[in-house]
Amino acid sequence: MAFGVEQAKRWMNIANDKIQQQKQYLTELDQAIGDGDHGLNTARGFQEVVEKIASVNYEDLGSLFKDVSMTLIAKVGGASGPLYGTAFLKMSLALNGKKEADDKELVAALEAALSGIKARGKASVGEKTMVDVWEPVIELLREKGSMQAKEAALLAKEKMEHTKELEAKKGRAAYLGKRSVGHIDPGSASSYFLFAALAEALEG
Amino acid sequence: MMKKLINDPNQVVNDMLEGMVVAYRDRLRRLPGTNVIVRNDAPVKGKVGIVSGGGSGHEPAHAGYVGKGMLDAAVCGEVFTSPTPDQVLEAIKAVDSGKGVFLIIKNYTGDVMNFEMAAELAEAEGIRVAKVIVNDDVAVEDSTFTTGRRGIAGTVFVHKIAGALAERGASLEEVEAVAKKVVQNVRSMGMALTPCTVPAAGKPGFELGENEIEVGIGIHGEPGIEKTTLKTADEITETLLNKIFADMKLEKGDRVAVMINGLGATPLMELYIVNKKVSEILKEKQIHVHETFVGEYMTSLEMAGCSISLLKLDDSLIELLDAPADTIALKK
Ligand SMILES: Nc1ncnc2c1ncn2[C@@H]1O[C@H](COP(=O)(O)OP(=O)(O)O)[C@@H](O)[C@H]1O
Ligand SMILES: [Mg+2]
Repeated sequence: MAFGVEQAKRWMNIANDKIQQQKQYLTELDQAIGDGDHGLNTARGFQEVVEKIASVNYEDLGSLFKDVSMTLIAKVGGASGPLYGTAFLKMSLALNGKKEADDKELVAALEAALSGIKARGKASVGEKTMVDVWEPVIELLREKGSMQAKEAALLAKEKMEHTKELEAKKGRAAYLGKRSVGHIDPGSASSYFLFAALAEALEG
Repeated sequence: MMKKLINDPNQVVNDMLEGMVVAYRDRLRRLPGTNVIVRNDAPVKGKVGIVSGGGSGHEPAHAGYVGKGMLDAAVCGEVFTSPTPDQVLEAIKAVDSGKGVFLIIKNYTGDVMNFEMAAELAEAEGIRVAKVIVNDDVAVEDSTFTTGRRGIAGTVFVHKIAGALAERGASLEEVEAVAKKVVQNVRSMGMALTPCTVPAAGKPGFELGENEIEVGIGIHGEPGIEKTTLKTADEITETLLNKIFADMKLEKGDRVAVMINGLGATPLMELYIVNKKVSEILKEKQIHVHETFVGEYMTSLEMAGCSISLLKLDDSLIELLDAPADTIALKK
């Protein structure tokens, strides 16, 4: 499998399509246990991302993901802006100077993204945040030792649905305590869309 | 229906800032292309720069505290939404005189992450940055395992005292230490009589019945501890103060500063009525009130209600609280 600038752009385009289509759904999820801006925040951010990267001929993956990161940081806001921004910044550093990434390098870059999210948000698995999707997915890829994107997307979906059972300990939903149980975490849903988009982008 | 004196719900922050800067152009300016308000003489030579901010809708916080003896810059986010790191970074760069920049952040996940990110970007550019996270709201249970308590009106005391020390030319470490000391010694608790409406949302963030109040409200209308029925000012004041006392060790002879903060739609008359009871209770406990602030310091749009903050003082904090300040919303 080759993951180059073309695939990376495709990933971002598909991710944006999914988020635009699901904007209302993400908003509803965030209205239930947050402040209702997650759909607007991510839709605004990824729209800007695809516009930004469309016009640039990137020499390497690092500079592409740096633009993705900087755009998300400046346009998303809320909690998810710095979290996704940090994730792509870490990917950018991991893929610095690389025209293409092999399986191992891409998995390592995603691993770096997860550690960025965890360093920024200080959440661990079970606290009803996007980490509940990211961590098991990265663990699976690490175990497989290769980029099993389809399996990763399936697991992401399952883990997203599982956040329904959890009580929020981090983020705005934590103020609701037990009242947060019974709702899917909005950031876990948008994270699932990212992994689903990656699988589609790699399919070709 | 939403009844507000605005032009376009999506332009309220911009329109507000333009009106503010024009009114106070002798002391403030807006960094071009941003929602950052800085004092005219920034960066001030030989002084640690102090930056705070957060969502808009809490006026006079935070831009109202920009000026001599308090903040060097305020970063104004969308209504009730944290500002983004690029904006915070612009503020940091504008106020750094080489002595470092100190960030005063209210404890909300979004605010903390956006400000921390800006701090890292600034450090990458060679600017020294330190920070304090304010969590004075005793309505929310504090725990190292969760998001923890929110930052509300007590933040203004942090602005005042850290700002006063910075104005004297103290180091970044000294400013950080005094800010942390204030955070350890300040507690607040609020209540709402009516909710408020974010212009872009168009409808109230929560609902309260004719005779209902929300005790322990957050400044964005986040849920409090409980909904109860409306009682007398004395009874409500007692409830709020008891919650603060449960969390704060105060003994006979201790000295405090008191802040009775209106949330936006509560007349001063009612705030004074609350303060009457606060002063009686403190007197009974033989706690000495060094100074009382009554007014609107950290609002929540047009929410009716108030918060009470107590800051436990010692000689050094008293000196800094009394030190000169010249801002739109607080003068000494
Ligand atoms: N500390 C954290 N660590 C990881 N993810 C978090 C954290 N806090 C919040 N999130 C994620 O962010 C999402 C909310 O994003 P968003 O609505 O855009 O921001 P905000 O909560 O500031 O309104 C949550 O659903 C959750 O997945
Ligand atoms: Mg939200």
